[in-house]
Amino acid sequence: MELRLTLRNGENLLVTFGIPLGLLVFLARVDVVPRAPGDPLAFLVPGVLALSVMSSAMVALAIATGFERSWLVLKRLGATPLRRGELIAAKSLAVLAILAVQVVAVLAVATGVLGYRPGAGALWLVPVALGLGTAAFAGLGLAMAGGLPASTTLALANGLYVVLLLVSGLVFPLDRLPGWLAARRRGPARRGARRPAARGSRRRGCGRGGDRPRGPGGLGGRRRRAGRARLPLGVRRGPGPGGPSPEPGRSGRTGCLP
Amino acid sequence: MRRPRRGGGGPGTAVPAVHTGRVNAVPAVVVDGLTRSYGDVRAVDGLSLTVPAGSVCALLGPNGAGKTTLVECIEGFRAPDAGRVRVLGLDPWRDRDRVLPRMGVLLQEGGTYKAATPRELLRLFARFYPHPADPDDLLARLDLTAAAGARLRTLSGGQQQRVALALALVGRPELLVLDEPTTGVDPHARRAVWTLLRDLRAAGTTILFSTHQLAEAEQEADLVAVIDRGRLRALDSPAALVAGGGDGRLVVTGAPATDPAAVAADLAAAVGAAVTPDGPGRWTVAAGPAAIAAVSAWFAARGLPLSGITAGAPDLEDVFLRLTSPNAAAPREPAPTGRRHRP
Repeated sequence: MELRLTLRNGENLLVTFGIPLGLLVFLARVDVVPRAPGDPLAFLVPGVLALSVMSSAMVALAIATGFERSWLVLKRLGATPLRRGELIAAKSLAVLAILAVQVVAVLAVATGVLGYRPGAGALWLVPVALGLGTAAFAGLGLAMAGGLPASTTLALANGLYVVLLLVSGLVFPLDRLPGWLAARRRGPARRGARRPAARGSRRRGCGRGGDRPRGPGGLGGRRRRAGRARLPLGVRRGPGPGGPSPEPGRSGRTGCLP
Repeated sequence: MRRPRRGGGGPGTAVPAVHTGRVNAVPAVVVDGLTRSYGDVRAVDGLSLTVPAGSVCALLGPNGAGKTTLVECIEGFRAPDAGRVRVLGLDPWRDRDRVLPRMGVLLQEGGTYKAATPRELLRLFARFYPHPADPDDLLARLDLTAAAGARLRTLSGGQQQRVALALALVGRPELLVLDEPTTGVDPHARRAVWTLLRDLRAAGTTILFSTHQLAEAEQEADLVAVIDRGRLRALDSPAALVAGGGDGRLVVTGAPATDPAAVAADLAAAVGAAVTPDGPGRWTVAAGPAAIAAVSAWFAARGLPLSGITAGAPDLEDVFLRLTSPNAAAPREPAPTGRRHRP
């Protein structure tokens, strides 16, 4: 049911499939935006996979759950024998199912249409990183849905998606972004040595472009983000606003789900 | 425990609604000294109420009287600050896993996926319960077959309300807790709803519903609980409430007065009954035909023209308004008179 309702929502399809695949094909074929040196696909494919995670685990999940809360669906489910864990499991399965289709679609387009060949890097890291990213972004999404009004969740999830799409280095290389943005991302890079330092950190941390253009590059970046986003995941485990406990702000402990 | 014997010894031996204890069966709902506050506001304040198994109980009360809070404590959504709630003999907060499969709930609003269809929703909810009703049968009985495949977002408010009701019924509950089940439902659909609810009641289901439709409470309920400012003001059968509700009312019409409120106050003092000004030349006196003489004498003594006095039989609305008026006496436990319900 979760899955069916998600797929029924046109905006969800756009955000989960349209944007990542569209960006992948467009950026691989058209040379309009700054790119990293080397094979564009080696940079783009991992980035687009990460984008897919963000779209299904955060944007789609947060918006759907936010509206379920405002329509009192979660409260109503709380008055059925369905348990909280079962509901979260259903949501998780729906997200994972969509993610699986996304990954297959992205890889199919990348290898079949665009001719991407992954390198022999640590491919086993791909599912691990996808899993970590999904958990982190799902936690973030559910925390928003649980704590904010539905329309705020909608705006915030979409806004975060766009901002991260632009500045996180998933799709547009970090060192091609305006200097002040890139500097902020890089942290304490000394002014004189900004560019070399950036490149070095990119090699070590994000491992993208340049010397290691292939394989599951970009995973480092995703994992770092996963680490940073872990706070909301912790919130989700607790009794706080992360889980689908409805209206925690308004009424204290409502305990709508067992 | 399942099917209680209502009025076990026949019509003459109606069981007292309070403290049925273990006489016949476990009452469907027992609320004992329930208090629940939000901040400084006591939404429910020491309320006690027992709903015998198999009965239909209406909750009446002005907006903000605490009906929904009471209902949510019964549904297990809220824990009491003080007091005790038992549903089917169990604590709905602690034993929710055992209570919820036996209870059907209708929220005051919402509760459905707007993008789903009624049939999908019913099939989904049916899977939550051990012995569900047939979704298609339920849709047919609530006159929803034609709408069963349409998304909820496209249905009218009354249709959505009936879908929500169907979701409350699909688990074949022993106890139905319905928060304003017929709000926004047109008269035809309301009849369909009550036909179905009466069938369920005949099969032994206990129904607790809140409503603002006094006529609905009067017609359908065995037991009416009037709640005001978090307290129980009355608990009785509709007939007993109306019978105990005074002599009815007199509608007095005369020449327009410059100060109808002053007239009302003077008249009330003279007659010894509450008087409310309804307009410049119209007053309602909370008294029966016996007061007609006093009213006309008062007008005659003042030389005020009097054009008519109409006596009206009391109904539940009179009782309700009297019990819940802002200047009603401080709420106490309901009067001990005739705390009986129709068997």
